[in-house]
Amino acid sequence: MIDLKRTKQSLEKAAGKRWLLPVLLLGVFLFSLVIHRFELLDPYVQLIAMYIGINIILTLSLNLINGYMGEFSVGHAGFMAVGAYIASFLTVKVIPPQLIAWLFPLAVAAGGLGAAVIGLVVAFPSFKTRGDYLAIVTLAFAMIVKSAIENIDALGGPRGFLGMEKLATLPWVCFWVIITLWIIRNLIYSSFGRGVLAIREDEIAGELMGVNTRQVKILAFTVSSFFAGIAGGLYAHLLQFINPRAFDIIKSTDILIMVYLGGIGSLAGSILGATVYTLLLEILRPLGIWRMVLIPLLLVMLMLFRPKGIMGLRELPWLVPIRDRLASRRWREQKERT
Amino acid sequence: MTVLEANHLTHHFNGLAAVNDFNLTLESQELVGIIGPNGAGKTTTFNLITGVYQATGGSITLAGAELVGKKPSQITAMGIARTFQNIRLFKELTVLDNVRIAHYSRAGYGPLGALLHRGSFRTAEEKIITHSLDLLALLQLDGHADELAKNLSYGLQRRLEIARALATRPKLLLLDEPAAGMNPQEVTLLMEFIQWIRKEFHLTILLIEHQMHLVMNICERLLVLDFGATIAEGKPREIQNNPRVREVYLGEAQE
Repeated sequence: MIDLKRTKQSLEKAAGKRWLLPVLLLGVFLFSLVIHRFELLDPYVQLIAMYIGINIILTLSLNLINGYMGEFSVGHAGFMAVGAYIASFLTVKVIPPQLIAWLFPLAVAAGGLGAAVIGLVVAFPSFKTRGDYLAIVTLAFAMIVKSAIENIDALGGPRGFLGMEKLATLPWVCFWVIITLWIIRNLIYSSFGRGVLAIREDEIAGELMGVNTRQVKILAFTVSSFFAGIAGGLYAHLLQFINPRAFDIIKSTDILIMVYLGGIGSLAGSILGATVYTLLLEILRPLGIWRMVLIPLLLVMLMLFRPKGIMGLRELPWLVPIRDRLASRRWREQKERT
Repeated sequence: MTVLEANHLTHHFNGLAAVNDFNLTLESQELVGIIGPNGAGKTTTFNLITGVYQATGGSITLAGAELVGKKPSQITAMGIARTFQNIRLFKELTVLDNVRIAHYSRAGYGPLGALLHRGSFRTAEEKIITHSLDLLALLQLDGHADELAKNLSYGLQRRLEIARALATRPKLLLLDEPAAGMNPQEVTLLMEFIQWIRKEFHLTILLIEHQMHLVMNICERLLVLDFGATIAEGKPREIQNNPRVREVYLGEAQE
């Protein structure tokens, strides 16, 4: 028989180790490599897994703005579009074909950087407005991006852009999910991240406690849009075809739903929300048009019974840096020793 | 040594003078009170000093450095901290995080260090945590470090607000009605507490208060505001016997 108590104890002990999360993430990455290399999973299942990964990146990045900072951005697909088009343009038109496989991560990163620069454009109005007004600014921004792309012939205009190779593989998606999770977690558990939370809780009080709210907003919007751009680049090289309509308000709404389903202000919630929503859409596919009746109904129920989402404002302990999780306990232990 | 100096400070809200030609000099480690009827411009004065409002005229200097035109976070970093009339804690965050946030201006690492948790990040964070918890212990709040701020009792929330302000390491502390909603015993304790933090942290304190008992007992000097202008200034005794102050508070004597 398994000694349950002992298992529980050793699990708790493991959770207190600094190496746990890195090892876990590395394990996931190696696993994805193995799956990819030996085709352990059916291509369809791999495809779904990649969609989940891309959606996790999008959800984590939007949660930084909507969940942690408490702003209401509704134009996230706009940043995704910027990343998708920059990365696609690079792999199709700029990078020579024999180097594509090697330079693909750089192309995706370039898409992220482009999106980050555009993210700054939204950070500046956020100094002056918030809430509903900032939501309208972000919505307008997403519309500008969409119509700008529709009018650039080199990007295919409204017809879309194609010719990308299927460079997004499970290990690559996995790699970027891990980077996103790592960086956003680091940001949140830092002085800047606490500034982000202060903006959500009480912006003026935050500013009066020394938080440079402009600096914090610039950083949050840049990081958030960078990862939305990354997701866009991956998405483009998975679908191998993009058009401006793929990044309209419906796409932004999808990301919003995943954030509020999983839980605002939670990393674990973002992962959960993206996974559940993506799977739900797939599982309910046989329902045809009824799917779009059932899912909104589920969302209404969710908002009624758990308005902050499944994990709202709570976090899986494993995702919290040990320094933060055990701060007061360690301090007390040190006091007792001296 | 002069800590704060306000000269001809004026603030208009759409032509209405909320603060008019306000002058104030605070010497190091002084404890000064501002009193006056509701709407006299007391909190507006605090908002001008801390940069929440930009003065439409006049100047404020902290140890000689001009404050008008600076952002609130810069002014805080220069050494002014405050509490609020109605408690404004970060409610959904823990007591410890409330105090940690107040270390922002002296975090000791940049955005890159924060994103990668590398460089000076680790030692800087350890320092912030230790300093925060030591401060909480000093104010007897360390037992509540991991509780959410919203779950503290009213009195503890008031104390946490002061702890959070102290975490910014101010030279000057502004207390906006610290005794609001307290009963007489709590006010007595608060009076001792205010005098204790002044000594412990070498603070200059400026406070707004309606409870005369507190103001008359601990303040060394009082300022009386009415309609945005100073109508009297002096020792508590002098203020008590000042006919203009009596007029403002009690109405004109009728023969």
